[in-house]
Amino acid sequence: MKQSRIGAWIAIAVGALYFLVPLIGTFEFSLRMRRGVYSFDAYRVVLSDPRFQATFGYSTLLAFATILVGVILVVPTAYWIQLRLPRLRPIVEFITLLPLVIPAIVLVFGYLRIYGSSSFLPMTSNERATDVLLMFSYVTLALPYMYRAVDTGLRAIDVRTLTEAAESLGASWATILFKVIFPNVRVAVLSGAFLTFAIVIGEFTMASLLDRPAFGPYLQLIGANRAYEPSALAIIAFIVTWACMGLLQVFGRGTRALAAPAPGRIK
Amino acid sequence: MAFLEIQSVRKSYGAQHVVQNFDLAIKRGEFVSFLGPSGCGKTTTLRMVAGFETPSAGQIRIDDKDVTNLRPNQRKVGMVFQSYALFPNMTVADNVGFGLKVARKPAAEIRPRVEEMLRLIKLPALGARYPSQLSGGQQQRVALARALAVKPQVLLLDEPLSALDAKIRVSLREEIRSVQRELGITTVYVTHDQEEALSMSDRIVVMNEGRVEQIGTPFEIYNFPRTRFVASFVGTLNIMGGRVVDPAAGRIEVDGQPITASRGVVDAKAGDLRAVALRPEAARLTNGEEAPSDDTNRMRGLIEEVSFLGSVVRVRVRFKDSAISLDTFNTPHVPPPERGQPVTVSFGRADLLVLEGAPAA
Repeated sequence: MKQSRIGAWIAIAVGALYFLVPLIGTFEFSLRMRRGVYSFDAYRVVLSDPRFQATFGYSTLLAFATILVGVILVVPTAYWIQLRLPRLRPIVEFITLLPLVIPAIVLVFGYLRIYGSSSFLPMTSNERATDVLLMFSYVTLALPYMYRAVDTGLRAIDVRTLTEAAESLGASWATILFKVIFPNVRVAVLSGAFLTFAIVIGEFTMASLLDRPAFGPYLQLIGANRAYEPSALAIIAFIVTWACMGLLQVFGRGTRALAAPAPGRIK
Repeated sequence: MAFLEIQSVRKSYGAQHVVQNFDLAIKRGEFVSFLGPSGCGKTTTLRMVAGFETPSAGQIRIDDKDVTNLRPNQRKVGMVFQSYALFPNMTVADNVGFGLKVARKPAAEIRPRVEEMLRLIKLPALGARYPSQLSGGQQQRVALARALAVKPQVLLLDEPLSALDAKIRVSLREEIRSVQRELGITTVYVTHDQEEALSMSDRIVVMNEGRVEQIGTPFEIYNFPRTRFVASFVGTLNIMGGRVVDPAAGRIEVDGQPITASRGVVDAKAGDLRAVALRPEAARLTNGEEAPSDDTNRMRGLIEEVSFLGSVVRVRVRFKDSAISLDTFNTPHVPPPERGQPVTVSFGRADLLVLEGAPAA
């Protein structure tokens, strides 16, 4: 028993070192911009760079749009498959996993071929249309995470009985979806949303090849030309991702507290 | 006049016939139970009334209106599920008021109705709690209040007590019946528990393999089962193989011993094999020295098994191929009979049931 506990602590320590040493190294390096002393100069430079603000703002906006479209697409689809078409689940799961198998570069070349300026739907002919195309490509990219998160949430509740209970009380499909199903998979949707946010914020390939001013290409540009700023950006990107994960935990805990019986209140 | 009519309803999934020619007319305010084993079609029939399943053939009418093809949210039918199906994201009060909100009733109407329903189920102080903070019995009472809040025309309950422990089940079934009587609501109750069906219902529909075996009051179903299935499914029953001797006079032979039923054997001729049944409480052990009477049957056998169950002693008597079990009260100063002891079993002619069909091989 004691031996296995020591083994577990060793494993945790090795894992922590593996993850933390490079991170601490990067952080330490990002503080060395001023010769001889530690400072946050690299962060100041990065945060005051108008390109950082513009690209981060652009990617954030695109992430929110991606989340919105993803939720509108995935939640009703996953709900309907769970309720009426459970036999289609393996096929849909396979389709949603494809973006993990097909490299982003292949996807974006496919988009350029289908929606290029000479195609029947020229979505690369102006910037707004290209933004929309990039947003849809992000929806595809985030599909495995969003679908899985929502599907797991739906499996945790008795979708069929809740739907029937609401129906017998006179509820329409829209009421059932927005008042009964959606609030009960809120945490799952949020998990999918935060994962989507993390993916979109750092995505490089699609934004770069569609020539959009996103945060991913900016990271690459700074990394190729500056010394300390890329480390500062890497730490900022980590903080953003961790903030997403932290929010996920906070929301998850809130719902678990709601679902768990309050001690001493059960008769 | 019937309030809820189920007319020649059938339900098939491909070649599998789940419900076959189901006919039933339920009066306004009546409490009818569908009783049967798993897979007998009782829940499917209930779900067709609720609108969750569409009949393959037949018609369902509520208050003389054809609802067969109406969606569940247009039928004004309240449903209580086995798994409670309370909305986890809503408080008890919000759950109860959900149907009224959906119907766009004003808040001034919803609040008093919710309070009234919570008082009805004796949980007036729990409106602010979430379902996860309630016990199973409380959750099911909330589910009942939620179904009743919208004043449905028909209340449907699909094995609502199956997930609860025995003690809560008994108290809750009395509560459900009392609420049903108080509101006078037409109710269909699905259960596989014969005790529940017998204690709660005005009438029982016994189902087996998608067919209605018998419809009757609990008294009729228990005392006069029409088929072997009903006889064996409802209550404990001794079934013996008999040979018809004189159908008109109701004379039958069981293991070579003549017995007589109080009524003639319908659709039978001398020599036909028939299953005869006897409730354990209808038979008693005698010493065989009583004077024979016209309304009593006697059969001689050997005691095969004696089980001491506390207040009751269960005795199994074997005749030859057939055997019956009967219960006698435990009397401290009279020792229980011994195995192998020859005894006489007496039972009234009126208590002997001659079932349709031959005995099982």
